[in-house]
Amino acid sequence: MNLSNLLKIALRAIMRNKTRALLTMLGIIIGISAVITMLSLGEGVKQGMKSQFAEMGTNSIMVMPARQERGGVDMGNSTSKSLDDSDLQALMENCPHVASFSPSVSAGAQMVVGSSNHSGSIQGCSPAYLSINNYSLERGLMFTDDDVRTYAKVCVIGQTVVQKLFPDGSNPIGQTIRFGKVPMKVIGVLKEKGQGSFGNDADDIALAPYTTVQKRFLGINYFNMIEASAVSQEASEAAATEITRALRKTHGIDNPDNDDFEIMTMDELMTSMDSMMSMLTLLLTAIASISLIVGGIGIMNIMYVTVTERTREIGLRMSIGARQRDIMLQFLLESVVLSLIGGLIGIILGVGLSYALVSVIRSGGSMPITFILSYNAVIISFLVCVAVGIFFGWYPAKKAAGLDPIQALRYE
Amino acid sequence: MSIIEIKDLKRDFQVGEESVHALRGISFSIEPREFVSIMGTSGSGKSTLLNILGCLDSPTAGDYIIDGTNVATLSHNELADIRNRKIGFVFQSYNLLPRTSVLENVELPLMYNKHYTARQRYERAMEVIHRVGLESRIHHTSAQLSGGQQQRVAIARALVTDPVIILADEATGNLDTRTSYEIMALFQELHAAGTTIAFVTHEPDIAAFTSRTIKLRDGHITEDYPVQPASAQAALNALPSSEDY
Repeated sequence: MNLSNLLKIALRAIMRNKTRALLTMLGIIIGISAVITMLSLGEGVKQGMKSQFAEMGTNSIMVMPARQERGGVDMGNSTSKSLDDSDLQALMENCPHVASFSPSVSAGAQMVVGSSNHSGSIQGCSPAYLSINNYSLERGLMFTDDDVRTYAKVCVIGQTVVQKLFPDGSNPIGQTIRFGKVPMKVIGVLKEKGQGSFGNDADDIALAPYTTVQKRFLGINYFNMIEASAVSQEASEAAATEITRALRKTHGIDNPDNDDFEIMTMDELMTSMDSMMSMLTLLLTAIASISLIVGGIGIMNIMYVTVTERTREIGLRMSIGARQRDIMLQFLLESVVLSLIGGLIGIILGVGLSYALVSVIRSGGSMPITFILSYNAVIISFLVCVAVGIFFGWYPAKKAAGLDPIQALRYE
Repeated sequence: MSIIEIKDLKRDFQVGEESVHALRGISFSIEPREFVSIMGTSGSGKSTLLNILGCLDSPTAGDYIIDGTNVATLSHNELADIRNRKIGFVFQSYNLLPRTSVLENVELPLMYNKHYTARQRYERAMEVIHRVGLESRIHHTSAQLSGGQQQRVAIARALVTDPVIILADEATGNLDTRTSYEIMALFQELHAAGTTIAFVTHEPDIAAFTSRTIKLRDGHITEDYPVQPASAQAALNALPSSEDY
């Protein structure tokens, strides 16, 4: 018997028992839709994070003082004073894979303009900070290296600060903001950047020369951190190696265990985030696919029932010339069709569900995510359904094909 | 050449430790255009014989040659093809596919023959449906047909492959007298048109419509004699008309 006739028989047999077919498919429907949802959510989060990282600067590298312990007490991150101007000099001279460096110090401050005020922090940095962190100017100018050298009392502010301090919409450029007791002149305004990658507001920022923040706000001569950007994302690792080597030399460290600094590259962070998400997705998908196995067993069960119910039909078909292979194919195809219809419903449901979930998560706003319809997931689901149909339909079909026609014809 | 030739055919069944001899060495042949009834009480071996004749079962010993082919040497698939091409079955309980139309039931054997196109299948099926007089009911399902009509569908299904022999197993066993006679009249009509038929029954009045009777008892042939067949149509006419009921 040819395939199209067999297909017709299979479809008709399924249509005769619609309720039963639907209940049988339920396991497959749930399994496939869960797998599709997991895969596309996982992929969506990955893509969302990637674009967030790209905004932060995929080349960026952070050099931080190591955690310190004093008498067995952990003093926390960035408490040591190991990074200062001499390190910056050494780094700038010895790291060809690094495009630029910017020290980073920050101080909390109450910003006041006239009757408006805003509680934030002032970020001390060098002019390279903009390119390292993918900021750009909307109006005015960035401060210069000269300003850094002279502890100039100038600042560049982000959109959130503008809105808080200049609610009337007046031009902030040239105006003076009091940071605590220190008056600073606004010389530039940053373009809006939106949400940072960890849910923080990237526009709630005020930049000033790092020397100004060190001397006029904090009275220190070390940095909280040095930020850098590699010449390219691929060069991140080489750049990190150069930085490590340079710092070990200036700090006189031979044993890597004694490093008094830590280096984090965005590249590395992205890779580890990526593999973490992949692991998580894989785990969730594996859990979801348990339902597929349960669904497959359901199909197997129903196929056994079907074969028993239709024993006489099988006997008749054999007596009029069906080969064992014809009977085998007939029931195998029926279980594959059953599984495939379930899979199709599952795919539609899964795509719908992941779209809905992405929308909900997005409107929640705490997680970067994009809706991605993974064609791979759809194709794989399809193939999995065929495989489930064949695997779990095999034994019932084999049983049907192996029936003795004489017994089968006499079956009540 | 005989349609069917059987030589010293034996069939033993193993039941536990014991061996049951259902057929103890029988020989006969059926010539083209014969209408043979095979009679016997239950346990006589007639079902076993029919299963072997229908290539559903294989003999323990002896030869069975159908239309020149010795079935003893055939594989599963070759036996299936013999059933498909050379044999037409008619069962006591019709064995039509449920919820399937008359046309599709009749087309079914041709589905298992690759050489038929859908068009040929349809034309051939319509031809035999016409012969059994059901052309007005081709889209009815078996639940919408009477017993006699269902058996006519089964006969059409047996005829559709143009087999060398029709094997009928108590084909009137589920029918009332009038319908039985109608079916026998149809068989006689087919026989007259050249079809070879072997008819298994335990009812002497049904066997009387055939032209030869083979009697089986305890696995042996006890009698094999020609019959002057009575006319089923005449018997039908002699019945009191149905309005009497």
